[in-house]
Amino acid sequence: MNLINLYKRHKFVFTELVKRDFKKKYKRSFLGVLWSMLAPLFTLLVLNFVFGTFFGRTQEYYTIYLFSGWLIFQYYNDATNGAMNSLMANASIFSKVKVPKYMFLFSRVASSSINFFLTLVIYAVFIVAYGLPITWKFITLLYPIACMFLLILGIGLILSALFVFFRDVQYLYGVFSTALMYATPIFYTTDILGDKQWIFYLNPLYYYVTYFRSVVIDGVIPSIEFHGVMLAVSLLLFGIGCWMYKKYNYKFLYYV
Amino acid sequence: MIDVNNVSVRYIMGDFKDIGIKEYLIKKAKGQMMVKEFWALRDVSFHVEKGTLLGIIGSNGSGKSTILKVLAGIMPPTKGSITANGSVAALLELGAGFDGDLTVKENVYLRGALLGYTREFVDNEYENIIEFSELREFEDAAFKKLSSGMKSKLAFSLASRVNPDILVLDEVLSVGDIRFRKKSENRMREMMSGGTTTILVSHSMAQIREMCTQVVWLEKGEMRGIGDTKTMCDMYEKYMKK
Repeated sequence: MNLINLYKRHKFVFTELVKRDFKKKYKRSFLGVLWSMLAPLFTLLVLNFVFGTFFGRTQEYYTIYLFSGWLIFQYYNDATNGAMNSLMANASIFSKVKVPKYMFLFSRVASSSINFFLTLVIYAVFIVAYGLPITWKFITLLYPIACMFLLILGIGLILSALFVFFRDVQYLYGVFSTALMYATPIFYTTDILGDKQWIFYLNPLYYYVTYFRSVVIDGVIPSIEFHGVMLAVSLLLFGIGCWMYKKYNYKFLYYV
Repeated sequence: MIDVNNVSVRYIMGDFKDIGIKEYLIKKAKGQMMVKEFWALRDVSFHVEKGTLLGIIGSNGSGKSTILKVLAGIMPPTKGSITANGSVAALLELGAGFDGDLTVKENVYLRGALLGYTREFVDNEYENIIEFSELREFEDAAFKKLSSGMKSKLAFSLASRVNPDILVLDEVLSVGDIRFRKKSENRMREMMSGGTTTILVSHSMAQIREMCTQVVWLEKGEMRGIGDTKTMCDMYEKYMKK
């Protein structure tokens, strides 16, 4: 109830901020919003060309396999980086205008999410083109998306709080993201770790990637436990994020 | 009615913001963290009746802008409290929230949203805002192409559309050319005559003397006094001549 009221009250400022982010991003480009769909497509083609010859032999529907991983990592990476910067980038606004600071973070994550959904359209086209059946089970994909959304908000809240105090968080997080990209089975297959599969279980992105592939390629909905772990991880990080935001969000107004 | 009770605001200075995590941890471990506190406001208390036009004066760095931020609800005070009855509208910096890459029209909506207006309100008032700001022919121009005078005009036109119970202003009355200044001053008087309590910071003593009914004098974060306009302004001007 509270959340609905909050949304109603700030709906206007929220949509205007999302629009601003979008317009700024695509204003001067000839292809406009199409870029948000084309850019990941080009990267995908390159990755497919480079790695397809290695892993494509053992993995069925390798292009879809790769696309599933890439799609999720891109979303995560773009949204968390944007969220990290969102408070600093808008500091000149909320130090002069009374507006809840988290609006800037939420709207930034929302514009990344819109990009993600646009990419999902291309993903769907690929699925059909590769002759995979689209079934009712695809509805369940909303579950990993919702979990991922919570996780991104949580991590974004943590990072933006840290970033305000320590600028080098930006560089550290850049290194972390690169490491995370290689730690996630995006272009390689999970048998690479042999019997040490548990290492993957420490990586939240692994669950989303696996969920997508399981439903799309194998037509299998993962187990209840799998769902539970995903939700627990997302809620935990979201909780930590909210707590850090609450504790630190106004403090940096006092650091001059 | 506004009640300011023993409000203090502390800023933190020194090596904090620009050092990295590594340096922070090393300094913290060695106990060499140099953190200086700076009290921008100390124990400030005053009371404003409804309908008053209160001026806040003081030399640079006396805490004027900080008290406005506290009154506007942007910055919670470190100590003390503020009670304000009614809606508060604050114009601390006219340009804040505008985006240079967007058009004038898009900016009206963006900034309107940031000011807490509803979409319906901006839809209804849009024509009036553009009319008042004299920017009809620039509606679809990028905001950054406008001259600084035009930007201020737009900002003022947008912000002065409401009739809040409490209006907080920081050096925003002297914008635009003479004609626009006259127009904006009239608009301000119109807003105030509706029973709005106004709190105004200005460096122009002439403006303070002309407009305010009561004045607070701050110096280095401390209250030097509150009283009628003439007494306080005379005291302040005598102090500044020393």
